[in-house]
Amino acid sequence: MKKLINAPDAVVQDALHGVEAAHGDRVRVSYDPAYVVRRDAPVQGKVGLISGGGSGHEPMHGGYVGVGMLDAACPGEVFTSPTPDQMIEATKAVNGGAGVVHVVKNYTGDVMNFEMAADLGKGEGIEVETVLTNDDVAVEDSLYTAGRRGVGVTVLVEKICGGAAEDGRSLNEVAELGRRVNAAGRSMGMALTPCITPGSGEPSFELAEDEVEIGIGIHGEPGRFREKIGPASQIAERLMTPILDDLPFSSGDRVLAFVNGMGGTPLIELYVLYNEVAKIAQQRGLSIERNLIGNFITSLEMQGCSITLLRLDDEMVRYWDAPVNTPGLRW
Amino acid sequence: MVTVTRDGALEWMRRFASELSEHREQLVRLDTAIGDGDHGTNLDRGMRKALEKLDGGEQADPGTVLKTVAMALVSSVGGAAGPLYGTFFLQMGSALGSDSEVDLPRFAAAWRKGLEGVQMRGKAEAGDKTMVDALIPGVGALEAASDLEGGLRAAEQAAEEGMKATTPLVARKGRASYLGERSKDHQDPGATSTYYLFKSAAESLAG
Repeated sequence: MKKLINAPDAVVQDALHGVEAAHGDRVRVSYDPAYVVRRDAPVQGKVGLISGGGSGHEPMHGGYVGVGMLDAACPGEVFTSPTPDQMIEATKAVNGGAGVVHVVKNYTGDVMNFEMAADLGKGEGIEVETVLTNDDVAVEDSLYTAGRRGVGVTVLVEKICGGAAEDGRSLNEVAELGRRVNAAGRSMGMALTPCITPGSGEPSFELAEDEVEIGIGIHGEPGRFREKIGPASQIAERLMTPILDDLPFSSGDRVLAFVNGMGGTPLIELYVLYNEVAKIAQQRGLSIERNLIGNFITSLEMQGCSITLLRLDDEMVRYWDAPVNTPGLRW
Repeated sequence: MVTVTRDGALEWMRRFASELSEHREQLVRLDTAIGDGDHGTNLDRGMRKALEKLDGGEQADPGTVLKTVAMALVSSVGGAAGPLYGTFFLQMGSALGSDSEVDLPRFAAAWRKGLEGVQMRGKAEAGDKTMVDALIPGVGALEAASDLEGGLRAAEQAAEEGMKATTPLVARKGRASYLGERSKDHQDPGATSTYYLFKSAAESLAG
């Protein structure tokens, strides 16, 4: 394993120091407990928006702290949920009196830790609403599993809810909008190579030189199936068909198309893929009204991608277009 | 009559920490196969923190020892293991109140409270391929026992059997559940760490 690190145990802490050094004009960093918070928090009268999760998915979530998106983010160890003490301190730090929304990706650890934090928040007299993201169609949604994983749509929820919160919308309105975005979004990912966590030093799974894994999770969880690698057009089809059939998306839908890199994929390849996605969307009669292309929810150095489609309504478009100024997303 | 004292509880937690440290790689390996590979490192880190907290303060009774461990785990482990083991020790410690000596029935009842807390937090049932599959038989054996020493040994054995019995199961909770049928033929890492909890209890408290 070769990594640009000082020591495996210090990666998260060292990276937080880097974030503070680079973006101290926009964010403050608390180290114990660890969270990144908007410099001007708490914003009086504004709904606070926080998220958090295991590290290794940068820029999510710490890179999305700033005006128009998150008020705070709690980083866990690599691929490990953060803890309730971080979440409650972040919740208190962003509470401007209008309540706080927790954006939580549907993983067992994240859900349990955020539940404990929400209980603690209520104990402190802070109103907390939770928006759970679970958009990964690679996972069967059933009572007999932990349910679908939260992946690409999380970035879109954070942006759109961030816009709504900045616009002065109420706690319930922001949370309802977040749930609507999650319900209208679907994602699926694939991997060309595994990722290596600094702690283990080992690849998260084995993949032959000519194989790809379709339906991969952002922690290297195995997907639906493996096959010989084909052209980008085939990979786009493998991901788009389950996404389109699941919601289902239908002709005439206005969508946001998000082509995301897993961390080790060159941008040129993401544009090759986007072209295929646009072709399939056109064949299905979808109108891509907004798009996002790049590495936004990653899995360390994994090569691969995910596709997220979101069926848009006017309110979502309005808050997607609203100004945002964070280290990871800015317009 | 053999009872659980504060010193016994401290010894139990030290043993548990050293079992986790010793078997850290095994737990990482088991978790890499069907989860995300962090179980061994996270629990090892959490119990080290817990020992620091125990060493840094004075605990009056076994219940306080367990509650101290609970808070350390909740704030340092993350993942699912943090809230689950944290809730377990918190419920168990609360059930013991401020008793300075705990006999078998009271100890077994506290384990039961811990188990109930884990099931409340994680919503897992028997057979879901989780830590609950080692906890249920272990706690049952303790409740059925007539003396603490024999009960702890029987609980260790029952938990070991429960742990081994997770191997052919299909996971229904946690990250392993995403694998469906592919989660078969792997021993559950959570049930394995729970077995070490019983093993360390038997070694430290059974005299």
